[in-house]
Amino acid sequence: MKKYNPTEEVDFVVIGSGAAGGVMAKQLALAGFSVVVMEQGNWGAYGHEQDYTKDELSNRFPTEQDLLISDPKKHRNTFRRNANEKAVAGNHNFGCVVGGGTVTYGASSWRHLPWEFDEASRFGTMKGTGIADWPVSYDEIEPYYTQAEWEIGISGPNVKTPLIAPMSKPYPCQPLPMKSSGALVMKAAQKLNLTVTPNVAAIITEPMNGRSACINCGACSGYGCQTKARSSSAVALLPFAVATGNCEIRVNSYVREITVDASGRATGVTYLDKVNNNREVFQKAKCVVLSANGTETPRLLLMSKSNRFPQGLANSSGIVGKYLMVGNGGGASGLFDDPLNEYKGCVTGAAVLSYVPNDVKGRGWYGGGRMTARGQMSPMQYGLAGPHGAPSWGAGYKKALIEQANRRLTMVNFISQLPIETNMVDLDPEVKDVWGLPALRITTTSHENDFKAMRFFIDKSVEILKAAGAHTVWADQVNDSRGGSHARGTCRIGNDPKSSVANKYHRAHDVPNLFIVDGSSLVTGGRNHPTMTISALAYRCADHLVKAARTGNVTI
Amino acid sequence: MSDSRRNFLVSSFGASGAAWLTANWPAQVAAAEKAQGLGAFTYFTREQAADVDAMAAQIYPSDATPGAKEAQVIYFIDLALVTFAQDKQDIYAKGLAELSAKTGGRRFASLSSSEQIATLTSIEATPFFKTVRDHTIMGMFSAPQHGGNYKKIGWTQIGFDDSLNFRAPFGAYDKA
Repeated sequence: MKKYNPTEEVDFVVIGSGAAGGVMAKQLALAGFSVVVMEQGNWGAYGHEQDYTKDELSNRFPTEQDLLISDPKKHRNTFRRNANEKAVAGNHNFGCVVGGGTVTYGASSWRHLPWEFDEASRFGTMKGTGIADWPVSYDEIEPYYTQAEWEIGISGPNVKTPLIAPMSKPYPCQPLPMKSSGALVMKAAQKLNLTVTPNVAAIITEPMNGRSACINCGACSGYGCQTKARSSSAVALLPFAVATGNCEIRVNSYVREITVDASGRATGVTYLDKVNNNREVFQKAKCVVLSANGTETPRLLLMSKSNRFPQGLANSSGIVGKYLMVGNGGGASGLFDDPLNEYKGCVTGAAVLSYVPNDVKGRGWYGGGRMTARGQMSPMQYGLAGPHGAPSWGAGYKKALIEQANRRLTMVNFISQLPIETNMVDLDPEVKDVWGLPALRITTTSHENDFKAMRFFIDKSVEILKAAGAHTVWADQVNDSRGGSHARGTCRIGNDPKSSVANKYHRAHDVPNLFIVDGSSLVTGGRNHPTMTISALAYRCADHLVKAARTGNVTI
Repeated sequence: MSDSRRNFLVSSFGASGAAWLTANWPAQVAAAEKAQGLGAFTYFTREQAADVDAMAAQIYPSDATPGAKEAQVIYFIDLALVTFAQDKQDIYAKGLAELSAKTGGRRFASLSSSEQIATLTSIEATPFFKTVRDHTIMGMFSAPQHGGNYKKIGWTQIGFDDSLNFRAPFGAYDKA
């Protein structure tokens, strides 16, 4: 791998190596630019993926060396419901390894539908929310979805329905098996007249780009993939960036500031070299790409205060960190007579698409969601959570545990969430992480509308499980999310510098050589399946950036 | 860990090697000691081990099918407390002392089964009980290499097949 000296001014520093950072690194390196990718985490099993563990205990208690997801005890964060509360310790985490969250994610890869890009114009806004049109239309982004699907490797159904975004090219791979959960939901769908399809997943089902197909091992969501079938950034994108000889991935490099000169241009990044006593290193760059995820990106901008940017970098609008959407769910579970054996294969079985569209008049709330079928997973997790309606230990526990084993089907739903200005991430004024940097503080309470949405999907889940023939059904409590994966919206793109952080090409309104692209870019949240859209936005951003750099529109 | 591996370790490392192994290879040491059946533990004293073993046997009892005793969960817990769960040592030390006080100095393991259940029910909400409960279940259902789930007893009971890969159909409902 190419190595750069930090004092050498590279063309691009890309902060983050996940869904967006991987795309940016690959496209910029292929175009011939010098690129350093800054990754807070370690290598994981990059390049020797067979070493990712399938052992549940080792995966749950990883050593420092094997960590794939950030540890909230170190990457401390705090949570509060609203600005009047004092924040308490939070459990928010994020993919913290080469490849970011894509190394361990569930890999659902749905496109946003065309009308999810102009919901304000199409359905109107709602008082107290920040529902707005995107500065990009579906037609503009469609070619980049296609490019992402084919370069990254996506499997999915090729079905024509208004419930799936129109595609100029079918998915490169056949869908994953429907599993027993999918078969049961199909049965319910026939009775209830619902549209059900296999999941769309960044998991390949036939050999592609030197990677082998999914072997349905079941050590899936939350684990690194041993066979490289999951199309993570670490296997589908970064190796191609590195192979150009133009790209260095610098691990254990925790960026604490994007630095600027007197004219307000970014000059590079200051980072902590985590394996060398956290010594500070400055990497000089002509242009900075920020793809650190929906919470780390705004946090870094807010930490990058200077005389010129006292509110934090790229924050003249004051909305960096605001309009946070963390992703609501909720559903129901049911028990069946015979084993589903859902621990085999990818976690997600099938998707119910019928409630994806908006139906404000019909349902009395704004938004929609995608329902997914899945079951009980790994043995330890099952034992710890325990069987339904049974004691938590003793003979009764054991009896129910054995009786219910592998017989559970759970509807897990991915539900829209309205962007609200007061839902946000910022810097905790008191708490620091173990590196001495201000802890991330999450402030969020979903809009009343979104609680109605969750109620709706919980009720629909119960209905589906009963129609599928479950002999026992129980519903989740209505509860909105406090953080975790799928954070979006915190550096929204837009045409107006007063109400957005970056323009439609992801260039920060305030800093000409800073580009911000990741989950934070999303204006509205879609149906809480963000990754494919993040990938497509990154391909589009990279395309623009390469052209701009070549024509001198970005000074390289 | 397979039986042949256990036996290999036992025969390869006699008493003189044990100190080095304790420092350098705790997982293997514990497994070896377990196979020796000496009742020697890495973290627990023999009395403590007997009490925790009795607790585990109430949490996941042996009846018509094997339980925590047969799955050798005690060795899982003993090993856990010197590896990934080192931070739980205090909870055990304090919890075992409190348990002893509660039973008026009688060893928990020496109580009748109904006395044991009553005692555990009275401490159900304590961090100590919750930790032993979770460790017992983890010892039942984590891979045998961690000391419990002996001969995959736990996995067999809940129908978990630890094959490295599968082909659809997976269950009863996706069969063609």
